[in-house]
Amino acid sequence: MFAWLPENVSTFGGDIDSVFRFIYYIVGFWFLATQGFLIYCLIRFRRRPGRRPPYLHGNNLSQAAWILLPLVIVLVLDLWIDFRSADVWAKVKVGGPRPDVVIEVTGKQFNWIMTYPGPDGRFGTADDKKVENELHVPVNKVVQVVLRGEDVIHSFFLPQLRLKQDVVPGRAIRAWFQATKPGKYEIPCAELCGFGHSGMKGWLHVHAEAQYKEWARKMWPGS
Amino acid sequence: MSGTTAAAGGHHGEPGGFLRKYVFSADHKMIARQYMFISLFWAAVGGYFAYIIRWQLAHPEADIPLFGRPIGPDEYNAFVTMHGTIMVFFVAMPLLLASFGNFLIPLMIGARDMAFPRLNMLSVWVLGAASALLLLSFFVEGGPAAGGWTGYPPLSARTAYVGADKGMDLWLLALALEFASFLMGGINFLVTPLNMRTRGMGLLRMPLFVWMVMIASLLFLLSVGPLVAGAVMLLLDRNLGTSFFLASGGGDPLLWQHLFWFFGHPEVYVILLPGLGAMMEVMPTFSRKTIFGYRPIIVAVLVAGALSFVVWAHHQYISGLDPRLATPFSVTTILISVPFALIVFALLATLWGGSIRLATPMWFAVGGLAVFIFGGLTGIFNGSAAVDIYIHDTYFVVAHFHSTFFSALFLAGFAAIYYWYPKMFGRMMNEALGQIHFWGTFLFFLAVFVPMHLVGVGGMMRRIANPGQYEFLAPLSGLNRMITMSAVLLLLSQFFFAFNFFWSMFRGRRAPDNPWEGTTLEWTTPSPPPHGNWPGEVPQVHHPPYGYGLPGAGEDWVPQHRPAPSGAGAGR
Repeated sequence: MFAWLPENVSTFGGDIDSVFRFIYYIVGFWFLATQGFLIYCLIRFRRRPGRRPPYLHGNNLSQAAWILLPLVIVLVLDLWIDFRSADVWAKVKVGGPRPDVVIEVTGKQFNWIMTYPGPDGRFGTADDKKVENELHVPVNKVVQVVLRGEDVIHSFFLPQLRLKQDVVPGRAIRAWFQATKPGKYEIPCAELCGFGHSGMKGWLHVHAEAQYKEWARKMWPGS
Repeated sequence: MSGTTAAAGGHHGEPGGFLRKYVFSADHKMIARQYMFISLFWAAVGGYFAYIIRWQLAHPEADIPLFGRPIGPDEYNAFVTMHGTIMVFFVAMPLLLASFGNFLIPLMIGARDMAFPRLNMLSVWVLGAASALLLLSFFVEGGPAAGGWTGYPPLSARTAYVGADKGMDLWLLALALEFASFLMGGINFLVTPLNMRTRGMGLLRMPLFVWMVMIASLLFLLSVGPLVAGAVMLLLDRNLGTSFFLASGGGDPLLWQHLFWFFGHPEVYVILLPGLGAMMEVMPTFSRKTIFGYRPIIVAVLVAGALSFVVWAHHQYISGLDPRLATPFSVTTILISVPFALIVFALLATLWGGSIRLATPMWFAVGGLAVFIFGGLTGIFNGSAAVDIYIHDTYFVVAHFHSTFFSALFLAGFAAIYYWYPKMFGRMMNEALGQIHFWGTFLFFLAVFVPMHLVGVGGMMRRIANPGQYEFLAPLSGLNRMITMSAVLLLLSQFFFAFNFFWSMFRGRRAPDNPWEGTTLEWTTPSPPPHGNWPGEVPQVHHPPYGYGLPGAGEDWVPQHRPAPSGAGAGR
């Protein structure tokens, strides 16, 4: 199943994938146990003349124990999943490390508009640059995106980095990632946003340090 | 315990004339059939839309056979929206809750009709009006609603954003009327079992299907209010320039999501519980064994119902909600697996040691249970906030909720239809066609929705009209074509059902009163039951339901109305 996952290229993607796998093994166990039991019953207890089934009502504790005891295992495994999941969620979504680069991304039917703060590192100054659908970031650096929506709800999705965050008009929502491999990755919109939803996508360019500097030189010549 | 006999009040003679009998009927059995035909009509429409959606995903921009031309992305959004709306509100609820709830509650508890027969008639007529509005929305300028079945604003709030114009308003009005219809129906589903049980029918002697419909109705009544308010606010935003959901005017788009999902998660159980209830009737009958854990099951369903009111934000982990809220909602969500595991274990224990006859209703019931377990387990992935970051809004979610809905709505729904059809229409359905229908439905269902999880793992987003527009989805195109082929075969399998359903109505073998040797009260009256449900006195009840294999009883099954043999251990 996990062969279908796109290659992971972010620092926290591996954590998400590991929770994914952890749950897969737990539910896989329950799947095999319950379906095996079901098929066994259908074969072993198929109708035969003269068979008189036992009267098992399961309303008192001594009988109900047969279904209550496995329930304890369900509960313990649930809590285990909760703990592992909570840690990874907190790492990806709550707070986040201090960013090396901050970029504003605005979703607008049907484009991603990237606003780079320029060499001064501040938004709202003369060296800000707006570019449609092209997000350039350095590899191995913490990148923070400030997500804004102009019209409807969009969702900023980086499949290879295991990051998704809805973009809501009226809010500035911060998300972060740290890419581990240079390359060119798609940024689809993951929330239905109108007739152009299908095909609304941008590109994430993850550059090695030298290429990133070269890109910045071209964007802001003379600085 | 239950003092009222159902014979008191409201029992008139058989109404004469075609219109009074088939159209303007207040008889719960006729109303049940009306609901069934409405839901089967919409199921055919919703299934056709599913076919269009699947064809588009496998062969984007190609001519669609039986549609005649390719569809554009705006039309695709409309088909997706309407498929969801129809299947949830106009197929699942009318079939499981309304049709079988109406048909079975009075027959199972020993009442001559519903508590409020005219309200009952009104509820089906309001659903008819809602259906008419929804149909009308296909023919207005701008087309039908295209904002997804969840209708998130601001997209749904402005024609400039969504494309659809009056279609959106008609969609909202149709939903509001549908809610009104089920509010009226829900009152009947609650009041009738509480007040109209025959002598000896204690609350804890009611068949579990009645319990499931009661709890489903209670969940619906408690949860739908906020969404009705939301629908009115969205109508005002659309037509009177208010800004409840528009940030530009000081509103908040997320408010709608809270109102929608506060209703939306209990709604899942409104659909699920009657389906599970049908399985709980079919499985003891065909295993010749009493249900395991009657009381624990009721407790578990009440617990799951209560939990369903505090899980709604699991649809919103990444919506922009304060991220610290995700973990509490993740914990409540995953906890729901505990009561549902109990129900699954109880049903499996019911099979243990039984004498199982695999007739068509039983095949659909155990097939439904198998798929329900599968769908429940894949829900754990979605419930984990961390994994949801990646799989939210992908086909993993689509595959998951189709597994749960399909098992409850179609597999359990078919189990119910094959099981109670003889009682409803007085004729048996054809068994061979039924088995072909089961295997076609079950196997092609798996061939559609198991690989669809892989498409989700591959990252494919929901509601995109053309996966070919994305490079990272290229490896999935083979899977998508395979899924579409299976979906076509799944839909074609339904013709075995359609033929069987209509052919048996006129040509099927005449049904005896109790073709499956069931123990509950609906099997004590002729098939189909006459007006007033029992030709003579309403039977009294002496046992809990499912009296199979009672120790001390001579026969291997004791119907609920048969006086207890001494020492039969059934006095509970």
